[in-house]
Amino acid sequence: MTWWRTAWLIARRDLLVEWRSRVALNQVFPFAGIVMVMFGFAIDDTRLMESIAPGLVMVATMFSLLVLVQRSFALESEDGALDALRTAGVSSSALFWGKSIALAAQLAALQALLIVLAVVLYGSSVRPAGAPLLVATWLSGSWGLATVGTLYGGLAAGARGRETLLPLLLLPVVAPVLIGATRAVEAALGARGTVVDGWPWMGLVAVFAVVFCVGGTLAFGPLIEE
Amino acid sequence: MDTVADGADAAKGADPVGAVAPADPVVVLDDAVAVLGRFPALAGISITVHRGEIVWLRGPNGAGKTTLLRLCAGLLPLARGTGRVLGCDLATERDRLRPLVGVLGHRNGLYLDLTVAENVAFWGDTVGAAATEVAAALERLGLADRLALLPVRRLSAGQQRRTAIACLIARRAELWLLDEPHSGLDAAGRDDVDALLRQAAASGATVMVASHEYERAGPLATAVFDIRGGTVMGTAGGSVTAGAVASPRDAGRDR
Repeated sequence: MTWWRTAWLIARRDLLVEWRSRVALNQVFPFAGIVMVMFGFAIDDTRLMESIAPGLVMVATMFSLLVLVQRSFALESEDGALDALRTAGVSSSALFWGKSIALAAQLAALQALLIVLAVVLYGSSVRPAGAPLLVATWLSGSWGLATVGTLYGGLAAGARGRETLLPLLLLPVVAPVLIGATRAVEAALGARGTVVDGWPWMGLVAVFAVVFCVGGTLAFGPLIEE
Repeated sequence: MDTVADGADAAKGADPVGAVAPADPVVVLDDAVAVLGRFPALAGISITVHRGEIVWLRGPNGAGKTTLLRLCAGLLPLARGTGRVLGCDLATERDRLRPLVGVLGHRNGLYLDLTVAENVAFWGDTVGAAATEVAAALERLGLADRLALLPVRRLSAGQQRRTAIACLIARRAELWLLDEPHSGLDAAGRDDVDALLRQAAASGATVMVASHEYERAGPLATAVFDIRGGTVMGTAGGSVTAGAVASPRDAGRDR
């Protein structure tokens, strides 16, 4: 079995589990929506909300990332499937990529929903010139968060108290994505600066995605082996 | 596939890596030590197991039976001594060994939200098994009808165990390492498992079973290991041999 086919097999299985259990659809997506709405109530200032909407989108995405990563590894540990995958000789890098692809797909869907919510609730609007920047940030942000989430999810999977350990490990590491994606989305939505100002921030997010993609591919095996 | 034999034949054709000639031993451990944390869970075990044997590992809880199975599966590193399983060196070729081995531990390794058929298909896909092999594995374990479409979470413990064994068949394992395979099964299910293990052994697979169920494992086994304190205290039957062993204290000191 080729490496790519194995990665695809893992990704398809994770998405199939999600489709069967509907955890993301019925719990994570509504949770992210509630975060957006609650912040709206708390701030209660139309102009301010419009300017902070990109940041709220990313904050809601971060919180949801924690839940999605926990879920992604819970299904592996629930009945000892991770051990079985190791025994089956499944390539650890293919496992990393497969789980990252499935997580990225869910994050991309979630972020698309949250951006629509920001437009509806906070009156944000996408500049035509900002659309490519928004799409590039959306894709690289989803992939970057998915790779770092999978890497740290694998690290925490075998640890005691992993539910509390994961946020502690993950949130500081994703700060560059939080900052970079927020600035880029702000530029794309016209909340701050010009579209041109947003591209370097998108570049930061893309570099982050590449770094954790390479790091995860190399380090995931030893991590889950421990 | 009507029997396990067909799956084993397919495995031989599909993946010659790690293939062992019929006369060659499948498992050879010499003074093998495996450590859990700082504790030598296996303290210098020397054994030889030949193809087609059904080996029963018996002993009290904490004796090292599960650790021995995990070592043979390539899931634990060898801390001292030497070991070859299916022709793969346990010190350097654990990655090559793993796809050839099927492990059924205390947990089943299933995805509880997926259906029985989806689980067996997934594990079959990891070794490139054909759809017909997956269907045959389901059929053999009596899971081909409406059970195949049920999520594993909704099955009884015994049905989940059967599903896990179907996954092993779909994976075409050459060495079956089973930890309490009868647990959770009713009488008919236990008979099915016994018949299946005999078929697997007859078709060239090798089976190592850790079990506390003397009335089940006894008649099934062609050889027996008595394991206590991480060492083999005695053997009976078959071509299995146990060599001299070090005490747990010695093994820990050598590290």
